[in-house]
Amino acid sequence: MDKLVPVPSRGVVPERDVDKRPILETNNLGIDFGGLIAVDDFTILVGRTEIAGLIGPNGAGKTTVFNLLTNVYQPTRGIIMLDGISTQGLKTYQINKRGIARTFQNIRLFKELSVADNVKIGLQNTMSYSLAEAVLRLPGYWKQEKRAHARALELLSIFNMDHMADWKAGSLPYGAQRRLEIVRALASEPKLLLLDEPAAGMNPSETADLMENIRKIRDRFQIAVLLIEHDMNLVMGICEGIAVLNYGRIIAKGSPDEIKSNPVVIEAYLGKREEENHA
Amino acid sequence: MSFWQLAVQQLINGLQSGSIYALVALGYSMVYGIITLLNFAHGDIIMVGSYLSWFALTSIAPFVPLPVAVVIAIAMAILGCMVLGVTIEFAAYRPLRKSPRISLLITAIGVSYLLQNTAQKFIGASAKMVPYPRIPSVNFAGLTISGVAILCIAVTAACMVGLTLLVKKSKSGKAMRAVSEDADAALLMGVNVNSTISFTFAIGSALAGVGSILFIIAYPQASPFMGGMLGLKAFVAAVLGGIGSIPGAMIGGLLIGVIESLVSAVGLSVWKEGVVFAILIVMLLFKPAGIMGKPTTEKV
Repeated sequence: MDKLVPVPSRGVVPERDVDKRPILETNNLGIDFGGLIAVDDFTILVGRTEIAGLIGPNGAGKTTVFNLLTNVYQPTRGIIMLDGISTQGLKTYQINKRGIARTFQNIRLFKELSVADNVKIGLQNTMSYSLAEAVLRLPGYWKQEKRAHARALELLSIFNMDHMADWKAGSLPYGAQRRLEIVRALASEPKLLLLDEPAAGMNPSETADLMENIRKIRDRFQIAVLLIEHDMNLVMGICEGIAVLNYGRIIAKGSPDEIKSNPVVIEAYLGKREEENHA
Repeated sequence: MSFWQLAVQQLINGLQSGSIYALVALGYSMVYGIITLLNFAHGDIIMVGSYLSWFALTSIAPFVPLPVAVVIAIAMAILGCMVLGVTIEFAAYRPLRKSPRISLLITAIGVSYLLQNTAQKFIGASAKMVPYPRIPSVNFAGLTISGVAILCIAVTAACMVGLTLLVKKSKSGKAMRAVSEDADAALLMGVNVNSTISFTFAIGSALAGVGSILFIIAYPQASPFMGGMLGLKAFVAAVLGGIGSIPGAMIGGLLIGVIESLVSAVGLSVWKEGVVFAILIVMLLFKPAGIMGKPTTEKV
Protein backbone atom coordinates (compact mmCIF):
# COMPACT_ATOMS: atom_id res chain seq x y z
CA MET A 1 0.00 0.00 0.00
CA ASP A 2 2.77 2.38 0.86
CA LYS A 3 4.19 2.72 -2.58
CA LEU A 4 6.26 5.72 -1.58
CA VAL A 5 9.01 3.44 -0.36
CA PRO A 6 11.43 1.77 -2.65
CA VAL A 7 12.46 -0.30 0.37
CA PRO A 8 9.59 -1.22 2.65
CA SER A 9 9.86 -1.48 6.40
CA ARG A 10 7.53 -2.30 9.32
CA GLY A 11 8.84 -5.68 10.25
CA VAL A 12 9.80 -6.58 6.72
CA VAL A 13 13.29 -5.17 7.12
CA PRO A 14 15.36 -6.78 9.89
CA GLU A 15 16.53 -4.40 12.64
CA ARG A 16 20.20 -4.78 11.78
CA ASP A 17 19.61 -3.63 8.25
CA VAL A 18 19.62 0.04 9.22
CA ASP A 19 20.50 1.17 5.74
CA LYS A 20 17.17 -0.04 4.52
CA ARG A 21 15.13 1.41 7.32
CA PRO A 22 13.03 4.34 6.08
CA ILE A 23 14.34 7.72 7.14
CA LEU A 24 10.88 9.03 7.87
CA GLU A 25 7.82 7.13 8.90
CA THR A 26 4.59 8.75 10.02
CA ASN A 27 1.58 6.90 11.27
CA ASN A 28 -1.94 8.35 11.44
CA LEU A 29 -0.46 11.79 11.97
CA GLY A 30 -3.02 14.49 12.50
CA ILE A 31 -3.55 17.94 13.93
CA ASP A 32 -6.67 19.94 14.76
CA PHE A 33 -6.78 23.70 15.05
CA GLY A 34 -9.72 24.29 17.34
CA GLY A 35 -12.45 22.23 15.78
CA LEU A 36 -10.87 22.25 12.35
CA ILE A 37 -9.11 19.10 11.27
CA ALA A 38 -6.14 20.47 9.34
CA VAL A 39 -4.34 17.19 8.70
CA ASP A 40 -5.66 13.73 9.40
CA ASP A 41 -4.49 10.15 9.04
CA PHE A 42 -1.26 11.18 7.39
CA THR A 43 0.74 8.00 6.91
CA ILE A 44 3.82 7.93 4.70
CA LEU A 45 7.21 6.33 4.49
CA VAL A 46 10.20 8.01 2.93
CA GLY A 47 13.18 5.85 1.98
CA ARG A 48 16.77 6.72 2.95
CA THR A 49 17.74 8.24 -0.36
CA GLU A 50 14.38 8.81 -1.90
CA ILE A 51 13.13 11.98 -3.54
CA ALA A 52 9.51 12.17 -2.49
CA GLY A 53 6.88 14.73 -3.40
CA LEU A 54 3.92 16.08 -1.50
CA ILE A 55 1.39 17.73 -3.76
CA GLY A 56 -2.14 18.97 -3.49
CA PRO A 57 -4.33 21.99 -4.10
CA ASN A 58 -3.77 25.21 -2.15
CA GLY A 59 -4.77 24.91 1.48
CA ALA A 60 -4.58 21.15 1.46
CA GLY A 61 -2.28 21.13 4.50
CA LYS A 62 1.10 20.55 2.88
CA THR A 63 3.01 23.21 4.80
CA THR A 64 1.21 22.11 7.97
CA VAL A 65 2.73 18.68 7.42
CA PHE A 66 6.19 20.29 7.25
CA ASN A 67 5.47 22.14 10.47
CA LEU A 68 4.41 18.88 12.09
CA LEU A 69 7.53 17.08 10.92
CA THR A 70 9.73 19.79 12.46
CA ASN A 71 7.67 19.98 15.68
CA VAL A 72 6.72 23.59 15.07
CA TYR A 73 3.22 22.26 15.70
CA GLN A 74 2.64 19.45 18.13
CA PRO A 75 0.54 16.74 16.47
CA THR A 76 -2.87 16.06 17.99
CA ARG A 77 -2.50 12.37 17.20
CA GLY A 78 -0.21 9.94 15.48
CA ILE A 79 3.53 9.42 15.55
CA ILE A 80 6.57 10.54 13.60
CA MET A 81 9.56 8.24 13.44
CA LEU A 82 12.75 9.86 12.23
CA ASP A 83 15.36 7.26 11.42
CA GLY A 84 13.45 4.76 13.51
CA ILE A 85 13.16 6.96 16.60
CA SER A 86 10.07 8.89 17.67
CA THR A 87 10.51 12.66 17.64
CA GLN A 88 7.78 13.28 20.15
CA GLY A 89 8.55 15.98 22.70
CA LEU A 90 11.67 17.26 20.94
CA LYS A 91 12.20 20.98 20.44
CA THR A 92 12.37 22.31 16.91
CA TYR A 93 16.09 22.97 17.09
CA GLN A 94 16.65 19.46 18.41
CA ILE A 95 14.77 18.06 15.42
CA ASN A 96 17.26 19.87 13.25
CA LYS A 97 20.12 18.22 15.13
CA ARG A 98 18.42 14.85 14.67
CA GLY A 99 18.46 15.30 10.93
CA ILE A 100 15.64 17.34 9.41
CA ALA A 101 16.34 20.66 7.72
CA ARG A 102 13.95 22.70 5.64
CA THR A 103 13.54 25.64 3.31
CA PHE A 104 10.61 28.02 3.21
CA GLN A 105 7.88 28.82 0.75
CA ASN A 106 8.53 32.53 1.18
CA ILE A 107 12.30 32.88 1.45
CA ARG A 108 13.46 33.35 5.02
CA LEU A 109 17.16 33.99 4.82
CA PHE A 110 18.99 36.09 7.37
CA LYS A 111 19.13 38.98 4.93
CA GLU A 112 21.49 41.21 6.90
CA LEU A 113 24.09 38.47 7.24
CA SER A 114 26.59 37.58 4.56
CA VAL A 115 25.98 34.56 2.36
CA ALA A 116 28.75 32.65 4.13
CA ASP A 117 27.38 33.54 7.57
CA ASN A 118 23.95 32.26 6.59
CA VAL A 119 25.53 28.92 5.79
CA LYS A 120 27.52 29.01 9.03
CA ILE A 121 24.31 29.35 11.04
CA GLY A 122 23.46 25.95 9.65
CA LEU A 123 26.94 24.74 10.60
CA GLN A 124 26.57 25.91 14.23
CA ASN A 125 25.98 22.47 15.62
CA THR A 126 29.26 21.22 14.24
CA MET A 127 31.26 23.90 16.08
CA SER A 128 32.07 23.76 19.74
CA TYR A 129 34.44 26.50 20.86
CA SER A 130 33.69 28.41 24.02
CA LEU A 131 32.81 32.07 24.31
CA ALA A 132 36.16 32.90 25.92
CA GLU A 133 37.95 31.29 23.01
CA ALA A 134 35.96 33.42 20.59
CA VAL A 135 36.55 36.73 22.37
CA LEU A 136 40.22 36.08 23.05
CA ARG A 137 40.72 34.60 19.57
CA LEU A 138 42.38 31.45 20.86
CA PRO A 139 43.60 28.74 18.45
CA GLY A 140 40.49 26.61 19.04
CA TYR A 141 38.41 29.43 17.63
CA TRP A 142 40.58 30.01 14.59
CA LYS A 143 40.77 26.33 13.74
CA GLN A 144 37.04 25.79 13.89
CA GLU A 145 36.15 29.06 12.18
CA LYS A 146 38.55 28.23 9.38
CA ARG A 147 37.07 24.79 9.00
CA ALA A 148 33.53 26.20 9.04
CA HIS A 149 34.44 28.77 6.41
CA ALA A 150 35.99 26.14 4.16
CA ARG A 151 32.93 23.95 4.60
CA ALA A 152 30.61 26.87 3.84
CA LEU A 153 32.48 27.59 0.61
CA GLU A 154 32.42 23.93 -0.32
CA LEU A 155 28.66 23.78 0.16
CA LEU A 156 28.16 27.02 -1.76
CA SER A 157 30.16 25.62 -4.65
CA ILE A 158 27.43 23.02 -5.24
CA PHE A 159 25.41 25.83 -6.73
CA ASN A 160 28.46 27.72 -8.02
CA MET A 161 27.83 30.39 -5.43
CA ASP A 162 31.20 30.35 -3.66
CA HIS A 163 32.21 33.66 -5.23
CA MET A 164 29.21 35.29 -3.57
CA ALA A 165 30.29 34.28 -0.05
CA ASP A 166 30.84 37.84 1.20
CA TRP A 167 27.72 39.35 -0.34
CA LYS A 168 24.81 40.26 1.83
CA ALA A 169 22.20 37.54 1.55
CA GLY A 170 19.45 40.11 1.00
CA SER A 171 21.23 41.52 -2.06
CA LEU A 172 21.25 38.23 -3.96
CA PRO A 173 18.97 37.80 -6.94
CA TYR A 174 15.81 35.85 -6.25
CA GLY A 175 16.89 32.52 -7.70
CA ALA A 176 20.19 32.67 -5.82
CA GLN A 177 18.34 33.35 -2.56
CA ARG A 178 16.32 30.20 -3.11
CA ARG A 179 19.49 28.23 -3.76
CA LEU A 180 21.16 29.73 -0.69
CA GLU A 181 18.26 28.51 1.45
CA ILE A 182 18.93 24.99 0.25
CA VAL A 183 22.65 25.34 0.99
CA ARG A 184 21.90 26.70 4.47
CA ALA A 185 19.63 23.74 5.13
CA LEU A 186 22.28 21.32 3.86
CA ALA A 187 24.85 22.82 6.20
CA SER A 188 23.17 21.34 9.23
CA GLU A 189 23.88 17.91 7.76
CA PRO A 190 20.32 16.66 7.48
CA LYS A 191 19.29 13.14 6.68
CA LEU A 192 16.02 14.45 5.36
CA LEU A 193 15.74 17.71 3.48
CA LEU A 194 12.32 19.35 3.31
CA LEU A 195 11.87 21.74 0.40
CA ASP A 196 8.80 23.97 0.49
CA GLU A 197 8.04 25.00 -3.08
CA PRO A 198 11.67 25.25 -4.19
CA ALA A 199 10.72 26.23 -7.73
CA ALA A 200 8.24 28.96 -6.82
CA GLY A 201 8.83 31.99 -9.00
CA MET A 202 11.48 30.32 -11.14
CA ASN A 203 11.39 30.28 -14.91
CA PRO A 204 11.44 26.95 -16.79
CA SER A 205 15.19 26.91 -17.33
CA GLU A 206 15.89 27.73 -13.68
CA THR A 207 13.47 24.99 -12.70
CA ALA A 208 15.31 22.52 -14.91
CA ASP A 209 18.58 23.50 -13.24
CA LEU A 210 16.97 23.10 -9.85
CA MET A 211 15.78 19.59 -10.71
CA GLU A 212 19.27 18.68 -11.74
CA ASN A 213 20.64 20.11 -8.51
CA ILE A 214 18.18 18.33 -6.26
CA ARG A 215 19.20 15.06 -7.83
CA LYS A 216 22.86 16.00 -7.49
CA ILE A 217 22.38 16.79 -3.80
CA ARG A 218 20.66 13.50 -3.17
CA ASP A 219 23.38 11.54 -4.91
CA ARG A 220 26.24 13.41 -3.28
CA PHE A 221 24.95 13.55 0.29
CA GLN A 222 22.96 10.33 0.14
CA ILE A 223 20.00 11.95 1.85
CA ALA A 224 16.25 11.85 1.39
CA VAL A 225 14.34 14.82 0.00
CA LEU A 226 10.68 15.53 0.61
CA LEU A 227 9.38 18.41 -1.43
CA ILE A 228 6.18 20.39 -1.74
CA GLU A 229 5.75 21.75 -5.22
CA HIS A 230 3.12 23.01 -7.60
CA ASP A 231 5.29 22.72 -10.69
CA MET A 232 4.15 19.38 -12.07
CA ASN A 233 7.07 19.08 -14.46
CA LEU A 234 9.43 19.18 -11.52
CA VAL A 235 7.40 16.83 -9.35
CA MET A 236 6.80 14.28 -12.08
CA GLY A 237 10.37 14.64 -13.31
CA ILE A 238 12.31 13.91 -10.13
CA CYS A 239 10.05 12.39 -7.49
CA GLU A 240 10.20 8.66 -7.07
CA GLY A 241 7.16 8.59 -4.84
CA ILE A 242 4.34 11.09 -4.57
CA ALA A 243 1.62 11.60 -2.00
CA VAL A 244 -1.38 13.75 -2.88
CA LEU A 245 -3.04 15.70 -0.11
CA ASN A 246 -6.51 17.18 -0.26
CA TYR A 247 -8.44 18.69 2.63
CA GLY A 248 -5.76 17.40 5.00
CA ARG A 249 -6.01 13.78 3.92
CA ILE A 250 -3.89 11.70 1.62
CA ILE A 251 -6.05 10.81 -1.34
CA ALA A 252 -3.43 8.99 -3.37
CA LYS A 253 0.09 7.63 -3.11
CA GLY A 254 2.30 6.13 -5.75
CA SER A 255 4.82 6.62 -8.52
CA PRO A 256 4.49 9.65 -10.84
CA ASP A 257 2.82 7.56 -13.53
CA GLU A 258 0.29 6.15 -11.11
CA ILE A 259 -0.52 9.59 -9.78
CA LYS A 260 -0.92 11.08 -13.24
CA SER A 261 -3.53 8.54 -14.20
CA ASN A 262 -5.33 8.39 -10.85
CA PRO A 263 -8.94 9.58 -11.32
CA VAL A 264 -9.21 10.76 -7.68
CA VAL A 265 -6.24 13.05 -8.16
CA ILE A 266 -7.57 14.41 -11.41
CA GLU A 267 -10.84 15.12 -9.71
CA ALA A 268 -9.16 16.93 -6.81
CA TYR A 269 -7.23 19.16 -9.20
CA LEU A 270 -9.79 19.72 -11.93
CA GLY A 271 -13.13 19.01 -10.29
CA LYS A 272 -15.72 16.46 -11.27
CA ARG A 273 -16.73 16.13 -14.89
CA GLU A 274 -20.43 16.33 -14.04
CA GLU A 275 -19.94 19.59 -12.12
CA GLU A 276 -18.24 21.03 -15.16
CA ASN A 277 -21.22 20.15 -17.27
CA HIS A 278 -23.61 21.80 -14.87
CA ALA A 279 -21.56 24.95 -14.69
CA MET B 1 42.10 78.69 30.31
CA SER B 2 41.74 79.36 26.63
CA PHE B 3 38.62 78.68 24.64
CA TRP B 4 40.12 75.61 23.01
CA GLN B 5 41.24 74.14 26.29
CA LEU B 6 37.74 74.63 27.62
CA ALA B 7 36.24 73.01 24.54
CA VAL B 8 38.50 69.98 24.78
CA GLN B 9 37.78 69.71 28.49
CA GLN B 10 34.04 69.71 27.88
CA LEU B 11 34.39 67.26 25.04
CA ILE B 12 36.19 64.84 27.36
CA ASN B 13 33.54 65.32 30.04
CA GLY B 14 30.92 64.62 27.43
CA LEU B 15 32.67 61.50 26.23
CA GLN B 16 32.90 60.32 29.82
CA SER B 17 29.17 60.43 30.52
CA GLY B 18 28.50 59.50 26.90
CA SER B 19 30.46 56.29 27.21
CA ILE B 20 28.35 55.28 30.20
CA TYR B 21 25.17 56.06 28.26
CA ALA B 22 26.55 54.03 25.37
CA LEU B 23 27.17 50.97 27.55
CA VAL B 24 23.63 51.13 28.88
CA ALA B 25 22.16 51.89 25.46
CA LEU B 26 23.83 48.76 24.07
CA GLY B 27 21.78 46.62 26.43
CA TYR B 28 18.59 48.37 25.38
CA SER B 29 19.39 47.98 21.73
CA MET B 30 20.51 44.35 21.86
CA VAL B 31 17.41 43.27 23.74
CA TYR B 32 15.18 45.25 21.39
CA GLY B 33 16.97 43.74 18.43
CA ILE B 34 16.35 40.21 19.56
CA ILE B 35 12.84 40.23 21.06
CA THR B 36 11.56 43.72 20.10
CA LEU B 37 11.11 44.63 23.74
CA LEU B 38 11.95 47.99 25.27
CA ASN B 39 13.37 46.59 28.47
CA PHE B 40 12.54 49.44 30.84
CA ALA B 41 14.00 47.47 33.74
CA HIS B 42 17.43 47.85 32.15
CA GLY B 43 18.21 51.12 33.95
CA ASP B 44 17.37 49.57 37.28
CA ILE B 45 19.84 46.78 36.68
CA ILE B 46 22.45 49.52 36.95
CA MET B 47 21.01 50.51 40.30
CA VAL B 48 21.34 46.93 41.52
CA GLY B 49 24.91 46.80 40.19
CA SER B 50 25.74 49.95 42.12
CA TYR B 51 24.35 48.50 45.34
CA LEU B 52 26.40 45.36 44.79
CA SER B 53 29.52 47.53 44.53
CA TRP B 54 28.44 49.37 47.66
CA PHE B 55 27.90 46.10 49.51
CA ALA B 56 31.30 44.74 48.53
CA LEU B 57 33.14 47.96 49.37
CA THR B 58 31.49 48.52 52.73
CA SER B 59 30.78 45.01 54.05
CA ILE B 60 33.58 42.93 52.57
CA ALA B 61 36.30 45.58 52.41
CA PRO B 62 37.09 45.59 56.17
CA PHE B 63 38.16 41.95 55.99
CA VAL B 64 40.39 42.01 52.89
CA PRO B 65 43.05 44.32 51.43
CA LEU B 66 41.59 47.18 49.38
CA PRO B 67 42.65 45.97 45.92
CA VAL B 68 41.03 42.62 46.62
CA ALA B 69 37.85 44.35 47.77
CA VAL B 70 37.81 46.41 44.56
CA VAL B 71 38.18 43.27 42.46
CA ILE B 72 35.38 41.60 44.40
CA ALA B 73 33.19 44.67 43.99
CA ILE B 74 33.75 44.74 40.22
CA ALA B 75 33.15 41.01 39.86
CA MET B 76 30.02 41.13 42.01
CA ALA B 77 28.58 44.06 40.09
CA ILE B 78 29.15 42.52 36.66
CA LEU B 79 28.19 38.95 37.51
CA GLY B 80 25.27 40.10 39.66
CA CYS B 81 23.86 42.21 36.83
CA MET B 82 24.34 39.35 34.40
CA VAL B 83 22.48 36.89 36.62
CA LEU B 84 19.75 39.44 37.32
CA GLY B 85 19.24 40.18 33.62
CA VAL B 86 19.01 36.51 32.69
CA THR B 87 16.66 35.84 35.61
CA ILE B 88 14.35 38.69 34.66
CA GLU B 89 14.16 37.39 31.13
CA PHE B 90 13.50 33.86 32.28
CA ALA B 91 10.92 34.69 34.94
CA ALA B 92 9.12 37.71 33.51
CA TYR B 93 9.59 37.89 29.73
CA ARG B 94 9.91 34.31 28.55
CA PRO B 95 6.39 33.27 29.61
CA LEU B 96 5.08 36.20 27.55
CA ARG B 97 7.10 35.44 24.41
CA LYS B 98 3.99 34.77 22.34
CA SER B 99 1.86 37.50 23.95
CA PRO B 100 1.22 40.90 22.40
CA ARG B 101 4.19 43.25 22.63
CA ILE B 102 2.31 45.63 24.90
CA SER B 103 2.01 42.98 27.66
CA LEU B 104 5.74 42.55 27.55
CA LEU B 105 6.33 46.30 27.71
CA ILE B 106 4.06 46.72 30.72
CA THR B 107 5.75 43.77 32.41
CA ALA B 108 9.09 45.49 31.86
CA ILE B 109 7.78 48.63 33.55
CA GLY B 110 6.48 46.45 36.37
CA VAL B 111 9.88 44.79 36.81
CA SER B 112 11.45 48.24 36.92
CA TYR B 113 9.17 49.31 39.78
CA LEU B 114 9.70 46.00 41.53
CA LEU B 115 13.46 46.50 41.56
CA GLN B 116 13.22 50.13 42.68
CA ASN B 117 10.81 49.44 45.50
CA THR B 118 12.60 46.32 46.66
CA ALA B 119 15.78 48.34 46.96
CA GLN B 120 13.95 51.10 48.80
CA LYS B 121 12.35 48.66 51.20
CA PHE B 122 15.44 46.70 52.11
CA ILE B 123 18.25 49.19 51.73
CA GLY B 124 16.45 52.45 52.36
CA ALA B 125 15.55 55.49 50.34
CA SER B 126 18.60 57.53 51.26
CA ALA B 127 21.62 57.47 48.98
CA LYS B 128 24.61 55.35 49.98
CA MET B 129 28.22 56.42 49.45
CA VAL B 130 30.08 53.89 47.34
CA PRO B 131 33.75 54.22 48.29
CA TYR B 132 35.66 53.15 45.19
CA PRO B 133 39.23 54.45 45.49
CA ARG B 134 39.83 57.84 43.91
CA ILE B 135 41.54 57.88 40.56
CA PRO B 136 44.19 60.61 40.16
CA SER B 137 43.88 63.16 37.41
CA VAL B 138 46.36 63.52 34.60
CA ASN B 139 47.93 66.77 33.47
CA PHE B 140 48.45 66.95 29.77
CA ALA B 141 49.21 69.93 27.52
CA GLY B 142 47.94 72.40 30.08
CA LEU B 143 44.74 70.42 30.60
CA THR B 144 43.72 68.53 33.69
CA ILE B 145 42.01 65.40 32.54
CA SER B 146 40.23 63.47 35.23
CA GLY B 147 41.34 59.88 35.63
CA VAL B 148 37.72 58.81 35.78
CA ALA B 149 37.13 60.18 32.29
CA ILE B 150 40.11 58.27 30.90
CA LEU B 151 38.95 55.11 32.66
CA CYS B 152 35.38 55.45 31.36
CA ILE B 153 36.42 56.07 27.79
CA ALA B 154 39.05 53.32 27.76
CA VAL B 155 36.85 50.68 29.38
CA THR B 156 33.93 51.51 27.12
CA ALA B 157 36.11 51.39 24.03
CA ALA B 158 37.41 47.97 25.08
CA CYS B 159 33.88 46.71 25.72
CA MET B 160 32.76 47.92 22.31
CA VAL B 161 35.63 46.24 20.49
CA GLY B 162 34.97 43.02 22.40
CA LEU B 163 31.26 43.16 21.72
CA THR B 164 31.73 43.89 18.03
CA LEU B 165 34.08 40.93 17.65
CA LEU B 166 31.68 38.75 19.57
CA VAL B 167 28.67 39.68 17.51
CA LYS B 168 30.37 39.69 14.12
CA LYS B 169 32.71 36.77 14.43
CA SER B 170 31.61 34.23 17.00
CA LYS B 171 28.98 31.61 16.40
CA SER B 172 26.98 32.87 19.40
CA GLY B 173 27.02 36.32 17.85
CA LYS B 174 25.91 34.96 14.51
CA ALA B 175 23.14 33.05 16.25
CA MET B 176 22.14 36.32 17.91
CA ARG B 177 21.91 38.13 14.61
CA ALA B 178 20.06 35.23 13.05
CA VAL B 179 17.50 35.11 15.87
CA SER B 180 16.99 38.86 15.74
CA GLU B 181 16.20 38.64 12.03
CA ASP B 182 13.96 35.59 12.06
CA ALA B 183 13.67 33.56 15.24
CA ASP B 184 11.50 30.84 13.72
CA ALA B 185 13.81 30.26 10.79
CA ALA B 186 16.79 30.17 13.16
CA LEU B 187 15.01 27.54 15.23
CA LEU B 188 14.56 25.39 12.15
CA MET B 189 18.25 25.75 11.33
CA GLY B 190 19.13 24.23 14.69
CA VAL B 191 19.74 27.43 16.67
CA ASN B 192 18.65 27.15 20.30
CA VAL B 193 16.64 30.37 20.39
CA ASN B 194 15.98 30.34 24.13
CA SER B 195 19.61 30.09 25.07
CA THR B 196 20.50 32.71 22.44
CA ILE B 197 18.02 35.12 24.03
CA SER B 198 19.40 34.34 27.51
CA PHE B 199 22.88 34.97 26.14
CA THR B 200 21.80 38.35 24.77
CA PHE B 201 20.38 39.37 28.14
CA ALA B 202 23.56 38.14 29.84
CA ILE B 203 25.79 40.25 27.60
CA GLY B 204 23.52 43.31 27.72
CA SER B 205 23.27 43.14 31.50
CA ALA B 206 26.99 42.55 31.94
CA LEU B 207 27.57 45.76 29.97
CA ALA B 208 25.09 47.48 32.29
CA GLY B 209 27.16 46.09 35.19
CA VAL B 210 30.29 47.65 33.70
CA GLY B 211 28.29 50.86 33.22
CA SER B 212 27.21 50.80 36.87
CA ILE B 213 30.80 50.58 38.04
CA LEU B 214 31.92 53.47 35.83
CA PHE B 215 28.90 55.53 36.84
CA ILE B 216 29.43 54.94 40.53
CA ILE B 217 33.12 55.78 40.27
CA ALA B 218 32.20 59.09 38.67
CA TYR B 219 29.18 59.86 40.89
CA PRO B 220 29.72 57.74 44.00
CA GLN B 221 26.17 57.56 45.30
CA ALA B 222 23.77 54.65 44.99
CA SER B 223 20.05 55.24 45.46
CA PRO B 224 16.96 53.20 44.60
CA PHE B 225 15.82 55.51 41.80
CA MET B 226 19.17 56.30 40.19
CA GLY B 227 18.43 53.93 37.28
CA GLY B 228 15.43 55.94 36.11
CA MET B 229 17.00 58.98 34.46
CA LEU B 230 20.15 57.12 33.43
CA GLY B 231 18.07 54.41 31.80
CA LEU B 232 15.85 56.94 30.09
CA LYS B 233 18.79 58.84 28.62
CA ALA B 234 20.36 55.60 27.46
CA PHE B 235 17.05 54.76 25.85
CA VAL B 236 17.10 58.10 24.03
CA ALA B 237 20.65 57.29 22.95
CA ALA B 238 19.56 53.92 21.60
CA VAL B 239 16.68 55.48 19.64
CA LEU B 240 18.91 58.28 18.39
CA GLY B 241 21.45 55.76 17.09
CA GLY B 242 18.78 53.49 15.69
CA ILE B 243 17.29 50.99 18.09
CA GLY B 244 18.42 47.45 17.44
CA SER B 245 21.72 48.62 15.98
CA ILE B 246 24.87 48.03 18.02
CA PRO B 247 27.07 50.70 16.40
CA GLY B 248 24.03 52.99 16.59
CA ALA B 249 23.81 52.59 20.36
CA MET B 250 27.51 53.42 20.69
CA ILE B 251 27.26 56.54 18.54
CA GLY B 252 23.97 57.61 20.13
CA GLY B 253 25.36 57.29 23.64
CA LEU B 254 28.50 59.28 22.93
CA LEU B 255 26.48 61.92 21.09
CA ILE B 256 24.04 62.39 23.97
CA GLY B 257 26.94 62.72 26.42
CA VAL B 258 28.74 65.32 24.33
CA ILE B 259 25.57 67.31 23.65
CA GLU B 260 24.74 67.39 27.37
CA SER B 261 28.15 68.60 28.29
CA LEU B 262 28.13 71.29 25.59
CA VAL B 263 24.72 72.52 26.75
CA SER B 264 26.10 72.70 30.29
CA ALA B 265 29.23 74.46 29.09
CA VAL B 266 27.28 77.37 27.63
CA GLY B 267 25.63 77.83 31.01
CA LEU B 268 22.34 76.07 30.39
CA SER B 269 22.98 73.05 32.59
CA VAL B 270 19.42 73.06 33.95
CA TRP B 271 18.28 72.59 30.36
CA LYS B 272 20.50 69.67 29.48
CA GLU B 273 17.86 66.97 29.95
CA GLY B 274 15.30 69.07 28.08
CA VAL B 275 17.68 69.35 25.15
CA VAL B 276 18.24 65.59 25.14
CA PHE B 277 14.53 64.89 24.90
CA ALA B 278 14.03 67.66 22.34
CA ILE B 279 16.61 65.88 20.20
CA LEU B 280 14.65 62.67 20.61
CA ILE B 281 11.47 64.36 19.42
CA VAL B 282 13.18 65.97 16.44
CA MET B 283 14.80 62.66 15.54
CA LEU B 284 11.52 60.78 15.71
CA LEU B 285 9.89 63.41 13.51
CA PHE B 286 12.49 63.48 10.78
CA LYS B 287 14.40 60.21 10.90
CA PRO B 288 12.46 57.80 13.07
CA ALA B 289 14.76 54.88 12.26
CA GLY B 290 17.71 56.64 13.92
CA ILE B 291 21.19 57.41 12.67
CA MET B 292 22.25 53.84 11.90
CA GLY B 293 18.80 52.29 11.64
CA LYS B 294 17.28 51.27 8.38
CA PRO B 295 13.76 52.35 7.58
CA THR B 296 11.50 49.36 7.87
CA THR B 297 9.68 48.52 4.71
CA GLU B 298 6.66 46.34 4.58
CA LYS B 299 6.82 43.77 1.85
CA VAL B 300 3.56 43.50 -0.02
